[in-house]
Amino acid sequence: MTSFFFQLLQALLMVVLAPIAAGFVATTKARLQNRCGASIMQPWRDIRKLFSKEVVLAEHASWIFRFTPYVVFTATVMAASVVPSLLLDTPLSLTADVIALVALLALARFFLSLAGMDIGTAFGGMGASREMTFSALAEPAMLMSVFVLSLGAHSTNLTTMIAHTLSTPLLIQPSIAFALVAMLMIAIVETGRIPIDNPTTHLELTMIHEAMLLEYSGRHLALMEWASMVKLLLFATLIIDLFFPWGIGGDVNLLTIGLALAIWLAKLMVLFVVLAMIEISIAKLRMFEVPQYLGTAFVLAFLGLIIHYMLEVTV
Amino acid sequence: MNFFIATLITPLLGGFLLGIIRTPKLAAKLNIFTSSLTFLFSIFLSFEVLGKDSLDALNGWFHLDAYNVFLVALTAFVGMTTTIFSKPYMQHELEIGRVNERRMRLYHSMYQLFQFGMLLGFTTNNIGVLWVSLELATLATVLLVSLYRTPASIAAAWKYFILCGMGIALALFGTILVFFTSSTILGHGNEALTWSLLYAQAGQLDPAVMSIAFCFLMVGYGTKVGLVPMHAWLPDAHGEGPTPVSAVLSGLLLNLALYALVRFKMLVDGSTHTHMAGHIMMGFGMVSLLVAAMSLHKQRDIKRMFSFSSIEHMALMTFAFGIGTQLAAFAALLHMTVHSLVKSGIFFTVGHAAQVMGTQKMAEIRGLIVHHPGIGWGLLIGTAAIAGFPPFGVFMSEFLLFTATLESYPWLAVPLLLGLLIAMGGLFRFVQPMVYGETAEHAKHVQVNMMPVYIHFGLALILGLSIPLFLSQWYHQAAALIVGGSI
Amino acid sequence: MSLAFAQQIIDGMAALTLLISFSLLAQHRMLSVLHWFAAQGWLLAATAALVAYSTGESELYISAIMTFLLKGLLLPWMLWRVIRKLHVHREVESLMNSGMTVIIAVAVTLFSFHVIQPIEATSELMTRNSMAIATACVLLSMLMMITRKKAITQVIGFLAVENSLFFAAIGATNGMPLVVEIGIAFDVLIAALIFGLFFFQIRNTFDSMEIDAMQASLIHKDDDE
Repeated sequence: MTSFFFQLLQALLMVVLAPIAAGFVATTKARLQNRCGASIMQPWRDIRKLFSKEVVLAEHASWIFRFTPYVVFTATVMAASVVPSLLLDTPLSLTADVIALVALLALARFFLSLAGMDIGTAFGGMGASREMTFSALAEPAMLMSVFVLSLGAHSTNLTTMIAHTLSTPLLIQPSIAFALVAMLMIAIVETGRIPIDNPTTHLELTMIHEAMLLEYSGRHLALMEWASMVKLLLFATLIIDLFFPWGIGGDVNLLTIGLALAIWLAKLMVLFVVLAMIEISIAKLRMFEVPQYLGTAFVLAFLGLIIHYMLEVTV
Repeated sequence: MNFFIATLITPLLGGFLLGIIRTPKLAAKLNIFTSSLTFLFSIFLSFEVLGKDSLDALNGWFHLDAYNVFLVALTAFVGMTTTIFSKPYMQHELEIGRVNERRMRLYHSMYQLFQFGMLLGFTTNNIGVLWVSLELATLATVLLVSLYRTPASIAAAWKYFILCGMGIALALFGTILVFFTSSTILGHGNEALTWSLLYAQAGQLDPAVMSIAFCFLMVGYGTKVGLVPMHAWLPDAHGEGPTPVSAVLSGLLLNLALYALVRFKMLVDGSTHTHMAGHIMMGFGMVSLLVAAMSLHKQRDIKRMFSFSSIEHMALMTFAFGIGTQLAAFAALLHMTVHSLVKSGIFFTVGHAAQVMGTQKMAEIRGLIVHHPGIGWGLLIGTAAIAGFPPFGVFMSEFLLFTATLESYPWLAVPLLLGLLIAMGGLFRFVQPMVYGETAEHAKHVQVNMMPVYIHFGLALILGLSIPLFLSQWYHQAAALIVGGSI
Repeated sequence: MSLAFAQQIIDGMAALTLLISFSLLAQHRMLSVLHWFAAQGWLLAATAALVAYSTGESELYISAIMTFLLKGLLLPWMLWRVIRKLHVHREVESLMNSGMTVIIAVAVTLFSFHVIQPIEATSELMTRNSMAIATACVLLSMLMMITRKKAITQVIGFLAVENSLFFAAIGATNGMPLVVEIGIAFDVLIAALIFGLFFFQIRNTFDSMEIDAMQASLIHKDDDE
């Protein structure tokens, strides 16, 4: 029973902490740039404000346009809820397969692109086509990077992989280093941060994710924005789980969970500070340079795979 | 005195001295003197080996056996006659302004350093030092190929450098693999690179590693031998450099590369006990023979044409060594000797012909026999010799090769004969108008020294009629060694 | 430092060497190629020193120092001087686009892995895992030599091949005997000097550093056109 409770707690934490995480990144960026910046709770306030606003729909909007925000939010939250953050062995842990995760996120992305094209505006279509192009290149790279890790654990189930990493002694494994770099590069693409996409841009021609949200208002917009923040937190937790899982809770007691929570928050903070530093130091890539960036990520992941066989599997 | 040291130190010292001497005439004379001294020492060295199975010197760092002793003497001999030829030749080049005094200094010192590299390569017992010396010999000649500083010669030297650099890097990798497996038996020091010790332990070397190593060595050293498809550098490099350089490249450097290849073949055969190495060599040899014979017909420059003939003959030798019978190895060894002599003689003649007519284009060289009978006859006889006419030595070795092929692989005799005939046709088709065609008016009168040419052709004739006893004994011993006897 | 730990670090360095070989192929600017090449030299010297420390072979220390001085400092400096004097700061021009090059590079890596892996098992050295990687680095540097149009990148490719061969020697045999190593280093130095001389000859005669320009002057020699 208590494990069910903690499973629910994990899912809830992901959803509730997501806007705070986005706010943390924004504030850190501002502070690093010598500005005051908004408070960490600002995204929460924005979402609350949006929920109280009226929804304005275009005349030609179909049912897809109205349906999408719920699909996107639900799929993203579902994906986030199975990713272990506090507790390793939860009742739903069998479903925490990375491929299933990617499929859920792909579902969300599919509907998002459809909604972008639904109204028929130029920017929506542009955003949708860019999103689809980049995801077509990013997903193989992400899966390749995850495969490198799954080779050791002989499974793509997140729980199994984390358990494997925790049980093997500390080793310098070059293949995992390559996979980590590739994963970081992909996470930036998937969550739409600089140097791929500027989340705070107001210039429509440079938008990718925002362009698909341009027509949304009110609670629909709130749900979409929330979903993208959850996605950011999801990827951060995924990276922490795959590469630095030490400290995650093993058994179901309050002390372990409390400690796991504190460690998880600390790791998240470190990761977000790194993200903020990357965002303020690199300029956004031009659109035609992004495939090369993604190609590099893929090659790095592939190199990690080859190196795993060359160096770490003794014949 | 230790003739090993003497034979090696002389060209080294000569090279350094010639780097300082400024006057070209004095330098040319010193060049001749140094080479003659080297030749003398090498003769004494050969006498020491006479009657013994092999000779080791300096704690086994150097090793002379039947296989390399005549090659050492041959290298020193051709080196000497080339310097005799080069003196008036380069003097003429200096006069017409194709080189200046500074480049002559470079030419003379690099020539002796090249000799040093060659002799070191032939006499060393260490396969690592063999690689170093082959690379050294290549580096010494790279600057010489571009001596004239024309666009074509610089491009040729660059091509030579890059392609041979790549090839030799592959050969180094092959050497590392051989060291890898031999170090498990002989330890990690220099013993594991010592050829005589490796040969004694060849049965214990890992066959899988040796097979892979031989593939790399075949492509690597094969590039330096000029086998197709790694031959692209050869016609350019041999065609663009000064004639003495072309002569030693064609006559000597290719020999060293082939010698290295065969040494490794002996190791691989002892390790794998299959004919894999031999078959690979035969394949490369046959393809190179046919490609070279056909490419010969397309040439318009006389030196390029004869360099394709060099590719053809090196292919024949590779093929012969690959067959693996004693008769074929004997043929190959004889061929190595006579080819060096005749090819360098031809290049001497061609060099003079080009000087006389002022061009290397075959279409513009005509009627040599009328205004320069010495050059005309030399070219005619030389072409007949290299094409395989009796009674010259090349006929003897090609006939023995043909016999050996009929014995072991009768169906390959047909492409062999085909290649030889096509090449012969190509050579005569070009040489006949050059020697007998209508005289051109712009033929210059140049001081030529045809003595080296006559000496070379005379020696080839003697080897064709009757091989001296000591030489045939060396050939027999070396053939037995190569095919698989004991050391 | 325990042997297992040292082996892990050496494996890590091998992985980095492979990464550097890939990076050399992927660069667009001449100066960044040079920087990566210098990094390769430094990494190589560090690897040699580490192997020397864990196996106790003092000859390898000398090789490591030689490598650092020659391939980490002297050669990059010489190349940098040439690049500056000849004003070749611009792009590295290649025969195919970088995507194709990377695909071929990956294929080459897999091929060398396939060929060398069976042999690795016969070795008892702790560096044996890096043999396949060293072979891949050699072939990748050769790929770089083949697919570039400018003379300088060909030279850097050639020197990278020599670097990878040194790495192969360390991996397969914990270093060749010192005499041979010195001979090889000497050859590389002479080759670099000759290259330097060559660049000026090429520039003075052709006014460009492109291979095509040089090849064009040789083309009319063949074939009845």
